[in-house]
Amino acid sequence: MKYFPHTANDLQEMLKVVGVSSLEELYSEVPEELKFNKELALPSAMSEIEVRRVIGSLEQSNEQLISFAGAGVYDHYTPSVVPYIASRSEFSTSYTPYQAEISQGTLQYIFEYQTMMADLTGMDISNASMYDGSTATAEAMMMCVAAAKKRNRVLISETFNPAVMRVVETYAKFHGVDLVKVPAKDGVTDMCAIQALLEADDVAGVLVCQPNYYGIIEDFTGLADMCHAHKALLAINTMASALGVLKSPGQWGADIACGEAQSLGIPMCYGGPYIGYLCTTNALVRKMPGRLVGATTDMDGKRCFVLTMQAREQHIRREKATSNICTAQGIMCLYVASYLALMGKKGLREVNEQSYGAAHELHKRLLALPCFTEAYPGKPFLNEFTLKCSLDISALQDNAYIDGFIAGVKAEAKEDEIIFAATEQRSPEEVEALVESIAAFCAEQGL
Amino acid sequence: MNNTYYGKLIFELSTPGCIGYSLPENQWSGHTLEDLPANLLREGETILPEVDELTAVRHYTNMSNNNFGVDTGFYPLGSCTMKYNPKINEEMASLPGFTALHPHQPEYTAQGALELYYNVQKSLSEIAGLHEFTLNPFAGAHGELTGLMVIRTYHEKRGDLKRTKIIVPDSAHGTNPASAAVCGLQIVEVKSTPDGTVDVEDLKPLLGDDIAGMMMTNPNTLGIFETKIPEIARLVHECGGLMYYDGANLNPMLGVCRPGDMGFDVMHINLHKTFSTPHGGGGPGSGPVGVRKGLEEYLPNPQVKRQEDGYFTLVNNPESLGSVSAFLGNFGIVIRAYAYLLSLGKEYIPMAGKLSVLNANYIKEHLKEYYKLPIDVLCKHEFVFDGLREEYGGDHHDPSHVTTLDVAKRLLDYGYHAPTIYFPLLFHEAMMIEPTETESKKTLDEFIDVMKKIALEARDQRELLKTAPHHTPVRRLDDVKAVKEPKFTYKTL
Amino acid sequence: MAKTIEGLYYSESHEYVKVEGEYGYVGITDYAQEQLGNVVYVDMPEVDDEVTAGEEFGAVESVKAASDLISPVSGVVVEINADLEDQPELINQDAFGTWIMKVKLSDPSEVDNLLSAADYENCCK
Repeated sequence: MKYFPHTANDLQEMLKVVGVSSLEELYSEVPEELKFNKELALPSAMSEIEVRRVIGSLEQSNEQLISFAGAGVYDHYTPSVVPYIASRSEFSTSYTPYQAEISQGTLQYIFEYQTMMADLTGMDISNASMYDGSTATAEAMMMCVAAAKKRNRVLISETFNPAVMRVVETYAKFHGVDLVKVPAKDGVTDMCAIQALLEADDVAGVLVCQPNYYGIIEDFTGLADMCHAHKALLAINTMASALGVLKSPGQWGADIACGEAQSLGIPMCYGGPYIGYLCTTNALVRKMPGRLVGATTDMDGKRCFVLTMQAREQHIRREKATSNICTAQGIMCLYVASYLALMGKKGLREVNEQSYGAAHELHKRLLALPCFTEAYPGKPFLNEFTLKCSLDISALQDNAYIDGFIAGVKAEAKEDEIIFAATEQRSPEEVEALVESIAAFCAEQGL
Repeated sequence: MNNTYYGKLIFELSTPGCIGYSLPENQWSGHTLEDLPANLLREGETILPEVDELTAVRHYTNMSNNNFGVDTGFYPLGSCTMKYNPKINEEMASLPGFTALHPHQPEYTAQGALELYYNVQKSLSEIAGLHEFTLNPFAGAHGELTGLMVIRTYHEKRGDLKRTKIIVPDSAHGTNPASAAVCGLQIVEVKSTPDGTVDVEDLKPLLGDDIAGMMMTNPNTLGIFETKIPEIARLVHECGGLMYYDGANLNPMLGVCRPGDMGFDVMHINLHKTFSTPHGGGGPGSGPVGVRKGLEEYLPNPQVKRQEDGYFTLVNNPESLGSVSAFLGNFGIVIRAYAYLLSLGKEYIPMAGKLSVLNANYIKEHLKEYYKLPIDVLCKHEFVFDGLREEYGGDHHDPSHVTTLDVAKRLLDYGYHAPTIYFPLLFHEAMMIEPTETESKKTLDEFIDVMKKIALEARDQRELLKTAPHHTPVRRLDDVKAVKEPKFTYKTL
Repeated sequence: MAKTIEGLYYSESHEYVKVEGEYGYVGITDYAQEQLGNVVYVDMPEVDDEVTAGEEFGAVESVKAASDLISPVSGVVVEINADLEDQPELINQDAFGTWIMKVKLSDPSEVDNLLSAADYENCCK
């Protein structure tokens, strides 16, 4: 076994030093009745050739499709440099940078990431990242409750992606947060309903999202003032790539910005690993969960970076910590930081411009087909939109898969609505081919 | 190392007009962001840099030179199981038939991915001696939280609503009480005996009908096997609670002893520790949760099931505790763990644990003449020194004594990562060493020599240690300043 | 060696209260600041907050530790030590000279449950 370097001689010498006669004797204190003493019912060890064969055959049985699906996960372009840099093992085989003197690489890319995310969200500070967008949103909810001290009610818009909503609801149930859903009206958050719920002055925070599940860009004018008048915090969840062009959470007046940053160069990889971001104001830094990197100097006066504000964290505060999280998504943080460095000011805007163009062209072309009508007429969208479909959506999608497409995502709890997304990776030819595929299906169905 | 580049931030390398990306010409004439209502658009430019590709590549390459990983050198960071991360794992995880999968694509187009997930679930069940696993939790602490949610759900489904407390040993990882607090449980601490194991007499009076369960790490954070585990499990079960196994220290038990057989009902495993996936500077990890028969319905949604005809399907179980992840957790990490499981197979999985124990004891035996070993027993995968022995480091009560921090910093000069320091909290100068099984005798011998040399330096050249490290990219940092003059972004520098 | 001052009242959780008329000045002891090391932040209550003897009223933080502040007395906070916002290190320099909050005592007899300087010294041994 190439991962175990011990020779037979080594083993004998080492056992002698330890004062035992066999490897089994190293477990002499373990009660006999607890010992397994059997062979594990697992396959035999495989060579690299065999591992490649077995896993390669599993890989081959998946289908790589041209994606017009979104619902929180987008098929964006990843510059070739990004995975190349992230695979450098000086980064990937290190751990949490406890020893700052030999971890400046990790600390510096996290500092750069924090700078970029704080700027994109329009907030003062960002933490060093969280597991994913759904758990970052749940943490934002708990942060609202912790900051409010004596309030435990949090409002959440029904326009959230249901996959995120389920995670937030689960955390709320166990953490004892009274999570109240704010209804949607014409596909957007009902601001009057928020106003009414705030009147009781018992709301710790309000969670809304941008663009919402249906792809609609919501208008949060006045929302922050409304929340703050009742001493509630406002948390806005934004799809990260959109931060490059849409009004930022900070510009809307939010206290917390959170969300999923998969759209910043991270492969879809069947749902993970991704990265959640969480940003806030200076005033709330001590309520913030997660790792945080700060700049300081070393004993020679050189600028350097270090994990800081650790007194919030579990290894010091135990049950009083702001969260149980002790992970920063290190390598995914590097993915995002290097993606944003390469795309820069112009590239991030261009990606959004082209995604916008592709989605709007697709929107126009699909609406020309007999099976689709607008679900939320006239609502502004970026790269994702929802249509009403008069045909069976599953059958329509099954047909498109045969032609090699993921034709949107069926909206949850809405039998006749389908959500399409497009990115800069979609070419005019691909849009054309999808439209033709669906047109053919319409014809087959007698439309 | 390129010192010209060292220390520059990417923002300081920005040159207006440079680009580092390549995109096709915009072919969507007639559609522009300018058509959106102006009040929905971002005001002002972003801070993002403008750099060409080579500038960016050099920037990160030079940064990587300031970093230390398992591939760089010996990394005996206790409790973190910094074993070698095999490269075949990375190769398998980067196959496009995995990385290009959209989580919303239908099951029948992702059967290979689901089968892989299922196979890892089943392999972990066999290794843990438990009935069923979920791979959805993103990390160890997330697994703890999920496991505690299973325990609370179990009691609630039985209509037993008064079980709001969880017992946690004083030697536990900080995540245990923190996860319990996030899960809405109150923490009851049980003390350790002088030999470092759970004090059963202290435990007994804590047990009652308000106890949801007990969290344990075995071997515990001192690297000592809790031999009284059968009695502890019996007592907790008798009072109606469930036993939770913190799998952070599972590595030495592989194939020797299974948590399910020890009496545990729920556990998590850290794939990034025991199953060789990279730690990635802090993440992404993966924290699968396993349960004994009878609790599997409560595992988080979505659940991966295999039908009789061999078709794999995603199920949303109404009995479930809910969801802890939007999709199937960190699937890319699961692929890596699967490659490792296949590579080791039934023959070598048990060897990993035994060799990790041998390596730890070998170091301990060689160094206990130099470093204070408060509990001198056969350890498992790791052990804890309480600083230097007095004849080398001076009296612990003397403010000028050579501390564990000084030793740790000096180790960096010799090209080693430091052990975990100042944890567990049971000792003032804790130094927790975990070598793992992938280190050779030669590496251990060299490390032992250096540790002895440092002890002699502590005795004869104290100042050398007090001002260490001397040869690292930066020297000791001012962490007080980092908190008192907080600077978390480039803008505030 | 940590010092104590006669005439103050001490708690086992290392807070002190100095009583002047109907007011009490609450801070942490010299022993507590020694144990914590460099104090970098004090999380203080707000004026008009009610505090209760035996309950948490804030926290004090060093780089490597944080500890809750437990009020030794009950009452209403009438003033907080604003100097600590920018200079938390004052606690290290002079713990007994640097009170954290001034409380209007609701039950002055509560101090009888606290420790004397001598008893507190024993408790720290």
